Amino acid sequence: MIFSKYLFFILSFIAIYAALKVLISKKPMHSVLYLTLTFFAIGGHYILLNAQFLAVVHIIVYAGAIMVLFIYTVMLLNLNIQGEFPKSRLAKFASAIAGGILLFTLIAVFRSYDLKVLADPSLNQIGLVKNLGKILFQDYYLPFELSSILFLAAMVGAVMLGKKDIY
Amino acid sequence: MGFNIYDFTGMTHNMHVSFMEHMSPLMTTIVEWTIIGVCYLLFIALFGLFLVYAERKVCAMFQQRMGPMRVGYWGLLQTIADFIKLLMKELITPKGVDKFLYNLAPFIIMIATFMAMAVLPFAKGLQTLDFDIGVFYVTAVSSIGVIGILIAGWSSNNKYSLIGAMRSGAQILSYELSVSLSLVTMIILAGSMQLSVIVEGQRDAWFIFKGHVPALIAFVIFLIAGTAETNRGPFDLAEAESELTAGFHTEYSGIKFAFFFLAEYINMFIVAAMAVTVFLGGWMPLHFGSLESFNHVMDFIPPLVWFFLKVGGVIFLIMWFKWTFPRLRVDQILTLEWKYLLPINLVNILLMSLVVLTKFHL
Amino acid sequence: MPNLQIIPLDYYIIFCSALFAIGVVGVLVKRNALVIFMSIELMLNSANLLLAAFSAYRNDPAGQIFVFFIMVVAAAEVAIGLALLVMIYRSTHTIDINVLNKLKW
Repeated sequence: MIFSKYLFFILSFIAIYAALKVLISKKPMHSVLYLTLTFFAIGGHYILLNAQFLAVVHIIVYAGAIMVLFIYTVMLLNLNIQGEFPKSRLAKFASAIAGGILLFTLIAVFRSYDLKVLADPSLNQIGLVKNLGKILFQDYYLPFELSSILFLAAMVGAVMLGKKDIY
Repeated sequence: MGFNIYDFTGMTHNMHVSFMEHMSPLMTTIVEWTIIGVCYLLFIALFGLFLVYAERKVCAMFQQRMGPMRVGYWGLLQTIADFIKLLMKELITPKGVDKFLYNLAPFIIMIATFMAMAVLPFAKGLQTLDFDIGVFYVTAVSSIGVIGILIAGWSSNNKYSLIGAMRSGAQILSYELSVSLSLVTMIILAGSMQLSVIVEGQRDAWFIFKGHVPALIAFVIFLIAGTAETNRGPFDLAEAESELTAGFHTEYSGIKFAFFFLAEYINMFIVAAMAVTVFLGGWMPLHFGSLESFNHVMDFIPPLVWFFLKVGGVIFLIMWFKWTFPRLRVDQILTLEWKYLLPINLVNILLMSLVVLTKFHL
Repeated sequence: MPNLQIIPLDYYIIFCSALFAIGVVGVLVKRNALVIFMSIELMLNSANLLLAAFSAYRNDPAGQIFVFFIMVVAAAEVAIGLALLVMIYRSTHTIDINVLNKLKW
């Protein structure tokens, strides 16, 4: 595929631009929407990796559920009136440098490993739902069941916290 | 180029081959995408207009009126006239709105609708994308529309819009569960999420007959939840006219309002088409096990006609809901979903698994 | 013999590291608890994408299963976290994290 490289660059650019915009935007609502854009770009990356099942789960979980929850919270809290809580310029500068150093460290660490490419991602079939399903329900059956209990606990917890007369 | 009304695989393949002969692969891809896009646009515009007309006529029928009669024969041109009126209207942007988001919201909803259309199989070989996760893809894409609705409500700077958007967001999020769980029930029976395989598996008997009791329960749940997900029928409290003027699109006018309006009707079509594909055999003709001659007569009707007949039937059913049931309250809607439909659905999945395991189906 | 057409794995590493770093900077810079939450989601996502990339390039499906489980945990985490956030807002009428310093000695 000749396009896939260009697609990779376009998607990466969108993702990083939107991720930066999440931090720059003044209104929380804009931050949420830029984050949604980042998630869509990452979904595109999953499709490039031929992980279609993950791509669709990603869209359902992140774009469909988590971001809607965020939007709801922004609406409920009425944050736009409050606006931004500015930090001191020194703190901003220091944290930006810290982030940059972290980025370089991460890349240096990964570079020092010899990462062997064993397969062509555009051809392999492991991301298809048939293969993933078999592995999920054979090797990872117990974690799968446990995650359902985690969900139940989270649901009960969220309802408990959301109730007004909790005390 | 052979034109076969029963199987479009050959036609699309021939088109692709003849494009490849004359153009480079890149040009071929671009030309094919353009053709597909234009086809979908035309289909959405024309079918949306038709659905609006049909809705008004059905409504009139239930209320013992005539409906639109003046423009054209039996009022056939009424929706076109309305559409021209909407195009000519001034685009008003109210004071204090978040301009960018306000203008973006209608497009997000339209995009979500478009994307969901891509996997619907209209006839054999007449399907744009044939994912191996087709059913899953439709549920994923239809959840994007919620973001558009919430943005529209929030950016309008209007309390009616905000309340309407929050109501419809909560409603869509909760009913999506029922839609996907009832589809999961049928996936267990079909053994695949690929829509073409699902349709192919219904050659002998439609899944609603094949899976008898659990399939019937899933179908009823899917219809209820699908109606709720499109904000229609008795579940249209997001735009309850008497309390919220028009819900999340109160502040929109002209062509932007038309986008919301069109998306709503096309979403209804998508719900109906999914119901038809998964439960009622898609474009497969009606077959009864041993009636050979009857089956042959049914085979003679082209698949496109079958598909649109079934979709029309389901759409009529959905419209029937809307004009006969009174609107529900917010708490009633959420109670219906979380306390009734969801438990029934979970038990139903268990039932369907038992049916499939014991090979109790047809 | 690696195919020249495919995207090098290094590109994914650089891209995901950049996203992760942006997330870290977000946690450090912002005082709005909601934006900090979003930055955490960003970091989780970059880790997810890198796991999926490794799994696709090394032909090992376990990585994609891990991504699936991370998404499950992230969904649960967001549900609880946002509920907590709403609770905090109810009692303090702000989501500035610097207000929450009552446990500081």
